[in-house]
Amino acid sequence: MNRDPSPFRTASTASTATSPTPKYANLTASTNLRYSLTRKSIYDRHLNRTKTSELSKSAFAFLFGEMVQYAQKKVYGVQDLEKKLNLHGYAVGQRFLELLLWRDGRTAKRETRILGILQFISHQLYRAIFQKQADTLEKVRENEDEYMISDNDPVVNTYISVPKEMSQLNCGAFIAGIIEAVLDGHCFPAKVTAHTAPNEMWPGRTVFLIKFEPEVLEREALRVGS
Amino acid sequence: MSSTSRARLGEEVWKLRTDKINAELVTLTYGSVVAQLCKDLDGDYAEVNKQLDKMGYNIGLRLIEDFLAKSNMQQKCANFRDTADVISKVGFKMFLNITPTIVNWSSDNKQFSLLFDENPLADFVELPDDGKAQSDLWYSNMLCGVIRGALEMVQMSVDAHFVSDVLRGNDTTEMRINLIRYIEDEMPQDDE
Repeated sequence: MNRDPSPFRTASTASTATSPTPKYANLTASTNLRYSLTRKSIYDRHLNRTKTSELSKSAFAFLFGEMVQYAQKKVYGVQDLEKKLNLHGYAVGQRFLELLLWRDGRTAKRETRILGILQFISHQLYRAIFQKQADTLEKVRENEDEYMISDNDPVVNTYISVPKEMSQLNCGAFIAGIIEAVLDGHCFPAKVTAHTAPNEMWPGRTVFLIKFEPEVLEREALRVGS
Repeated sequence: MSSTSRARLGEEVWKLRTDKINAELVTLTYGSVVAQLCKDLDGDYAEVNKQLDKMGYNIGLRLIEDFLAKSNMQQKCANFRDTADVISKVGFKMFLNITPTIVNWSSDNKQFSLLFDENPLADFVELPDDGKAQSDLWYSNMLCGVIRGALEMVQMSVDAHFVSDVLRGNDTTEMRINLIRYIEDEMPQDDE
């Protein structure tokens, strides 16, 4: 249960090649945890066991609602609240990415291009978590470093009704956090934010705006050159 | 309603009347909530348990509505044994797709235990190796609150708490539920 955010998050200016080894060196130290002798520990159970398992959507909705309520208690504004939700999503995203890549096994591919990683997110990742693909993936025309992934009806917002005085709030910030973690995990540090962008068909349509750090574009330019 | 028909009802509600979502998303989200509490409360696990129970209670108050609507249960449970059966076979089945085993009835039929063979909330989980989490933290404590809240809405005041958890190195995960009293209908004062 290591709760530290990825090293890329806080030190985005540092070289992305920095190895996090020293921080995790104590993993080899012996553990003081007690384990049941008759039960299999989490290390003995197959990781694919829960690959296709499902729970009720209401169970998630209740949990998510309670999470938002709790987060709301300790914040100074909508932005602060979204940041909290983003961090929750970030923790989930880090773990989901690891699961996904582990399950791909030998066929797992390391995405090295912006388009590749964005497609991975809007297709594979989205399908794994939400059983559907993201609805669109677009580039922001005015800004070289911005991309948008949209979801017509994000699952997390299904049972959330935002009070008037917080109309800016979009709990999709949780999903934005998941996306941010996956990008960070692939060494594409970026800021991801959720924005409500309704259209006639979809009143709850949400756009995830992805803004890459400059070094990502720099690297991309090098790749294109070669 | 017999025990087997309840099992069938639970199965049916789960299969036909339940929108579903990836289980791992729920598991990881719950983990993130617990982790956040541990961080916010600075490792005061007794306080974390309390907070989880409180959150669960809030959920329970609202969850009973969803439960009654989907299960379409018309008649009241005749006794606490029936209630236990419904919690396990319909309630848990419907939301978490598990049916914990009911054991250890007290002689007055007011206390029983739920044994969790599977616990979707605790998949992928290992408690922190800080020397106290394994003796102080009840990781799935939210479930206790849910049961307490939901039963309160159908006029049963209960106490629910975990007595063992495989995450703590125990051989079983067991929740003890104790009926305190049935809440009588109370007329509001000065009701004309």
